[in-house]
Amino acid sequence: MLKIKDLHASVEDKEILTGINLEVNAGEVHAIMGPNGSGKSTLAAVIAGKEEFEVTKGQVFLDGEDLEDTAPEERAHKGIFLSFQYPVEIPGVSVTNFMKTAINESRKARGLEDMPANQMLKLIREKSELLDIDRRFLSRSLNEGFSGGEKKRNEIFQLAMLEPKLAILDETDSGLDIDALRIVANGVNKLRSKDNAVIVITHYQRLLEYIVPDFVHVLHNGKIVKSGTKELALELEEKGYDWIKQETVV
Amino acid sequence: MMDLKDKLVSSFLAFENNIDVDDPVHDIRSEALRVFEGKGFPSKKDEAWKYTSLNSLKKVDFSIFPSEVDALEYKEVKKYFLHEMDTYKIVFIDGIYSSFLSETTHDGVDVCLMSAALNKPKYRAVIDVYFNKVASQEESLTNLNTAFSKEGAYIYIPKNKVAQKPVEILHFSTGNEAALLLQPRSLIIAEDNAELQVIERHQSLTKNEVFTNSVTEIFAAKDAIVDYYKVQNDVATASLIDNTYISQKDSSLVKVHTFSFGGKLTRNNLNFYQNGERIDSTMKGVTILGERQHVDHHTLVHHKEPNCESHQDYKGIYGEKSTGVFNGKIIVDKIAQKTNAFQQNNNILVSDKATINTKPQLEIFADDVKCSHGCTIGQLDEEALFYLQSRGIPKKEARALLMYAFANNVLESVRIPELKRRINKLIANKLGVNLGFDL
Repeated sequence: MLKIKDLHASVEDKEILTGINLEVNAGEVHAIMGPNGSGKSTLAAVIAGKEEFEVTKGQVFLDGEDLEDTAPEERAHKGIFLSFQYPVEIPGVSVTNFMKTAINESRKARGLEDMPANQMLKLIREKSELLDIDRRFLSRSLNEGFSGGEKKRNEIFQLAMLEPKLAILDETDSGLDIDALRIVANGVNKLRSKDNAVIVITHYQRLLEYIVPDFVHVLHNGKIVKSGTKELALELEEKGYDWIKQETVV
Repeated sequence: MMDLKDKLVSSFLAFENNIDVDDPVHDIRSEALRVFEGKGFPSKKDEAWKYTSLNSLKKVDFSIFPSEVDALEYKEVKKYFLHEMDTYKIVFIDGIYSSFLSETTHDGVDVCLMSAALNKPKYRAVIDVYFNKVASQEESLTNLNTAFSKEGAYIYIPKNKVAQKPVEILHFSTGNEAALLLQPRSLIIAEDNAELQVIERHQSLTKNEVFTNSVTEIFAAKDAIVDYYKVQNDVATASLIDNTYISQKDSSLVKVHTFSFGGKLTRNNLNFYQNGERIDSTMKGVTILGERQHVDHHTLVHHKEPNCESHQDYKGIYGEKSTGVFNGKIIVDKIAQKTNAFQQNNNILVSDKATINTKPQLEIFADDVKCSHGCTIGQLDEEALFYLQSRGIPKKEARALLMYAFANNVLESVRIPELKRRINKLIANKLGVNLGFDL
């Protein structure tokens, strides 16, 4: 589904990704771990098409299609979803209206009519129940005054609404208490299928107890320096990242 | 061609042909003409007019006395009225009252014409007390308007009465004259505990040049509530100088919303005078400009008594080669302790050729007050833009959504739902998008 080949990316002439190779197939969950500043969030943003980053070398393919020069919204229409580490507050636009706009823009891009209002309401009802979201929450302004946990839960609600092929969760666990973490992880698990894939970006192993990865990759200095199965995450938890850093130097 | 000032001064004799020159009000007009003649039009040398030039307007050969035109058909102007709710309407066509399009009342409240109020003996007592009492005696354009004051809206809400419907004041210009100067003069009085909502709009129906120099005096007595909405979405050949003077007494609440989307040159001189305690004065504005449009908001709040509040919140979005000015003056007299005065002006420049000049001007003579002011000038937040795009919302719509969100809290206080929806649509049109929902 997603294939990344020798990806290099810079921001303001500073190279952050220095040759990423990664392949993610439908039905798989990949975890990307690594110390602070290793390039995890940059990788997520580059896959989602953030224009601030310049891809200087390499390619990102989705279902065999090179995504070079594809705008973020077009990537979204093709099925890429990024759950933000720091979701942006949009005062005056309710969660519901925001989702309506997002879904209908996506449908428009695929040549479909707007989703009928009753169908939209049904979908909102279903997905909000899935994530145990209070209905009143949906009429509030998007992310405005939300707690850290509410913001993250709202990100996963959007994920559920948009049903992407590839979901990238950027530090979704940060700032979550254990109950919120469980709800968010359960939501993600319920959305998993043989047709979609998930990339979980995290600093800690904690989230991976709930969203169990098929593969774990360790990012360091903009490169994947080690890949393995879920046991690798446990090893990292135990030994810390210094072990990887030293091993890379050697 | 005669200089516009000379033309105006020399037209005064002709103006006098059609009015009662023995009336005491005429002494006020004559005095005002003398002041205007002495001062002339303001120029860039005047500090208050540093960023707004009237030079291009002064070069136009404006008609000062338009010939009466055939009545407009309602369907030609229907879209400028509210539809979903019943309203009182005071409508002028090229400065002349249109009884056909208007819907006035004398049933418990007076919603009618300035010309009637100035001429009929039964209004004499009110005119004596209120006419030209809060309008500036010094400012030259206000004096110009006073000199030619004859027609406009007159609204009188007696003690404990509530105007049951909002009042729409509409000034249409037909383009019957190649260039037309209009000087509407309005007087609005809400007595103790009275309540009133007003929507004012100036609309030119052709591309012929129109220059409106309007003066509105508003008096809010004890406990009165006045909600005033100015919808400025005129064509690109229309200019407006709006001089609004508001006098408030104890515990009154006056809110003025100014929505500036259209016109060539718009100057809003909005002046609040707090003549009592526990007064609340609120000014809110949304300005969205493009092309070479120019809007200048000059506000003044004069806190003259203790325990009062004022709130100002102006948002501006400037595109293309548009220019904006915000100058907010707050005066707190020595006696006006426990004043709370807030002022906020936030701007987004969406083009690198657009400019905004923003300046708070605080003159505080009391020591126990809370005054805050802040202004920002920025661009759209790139991270927010990426967030929306990553949800599948195209860049253009994402930008519009962010601008909507930026302007939104100003709309929240609009208390007439249909007006709010209409303003929403105007904003969406102005931003060139259809978002598929109202905020």
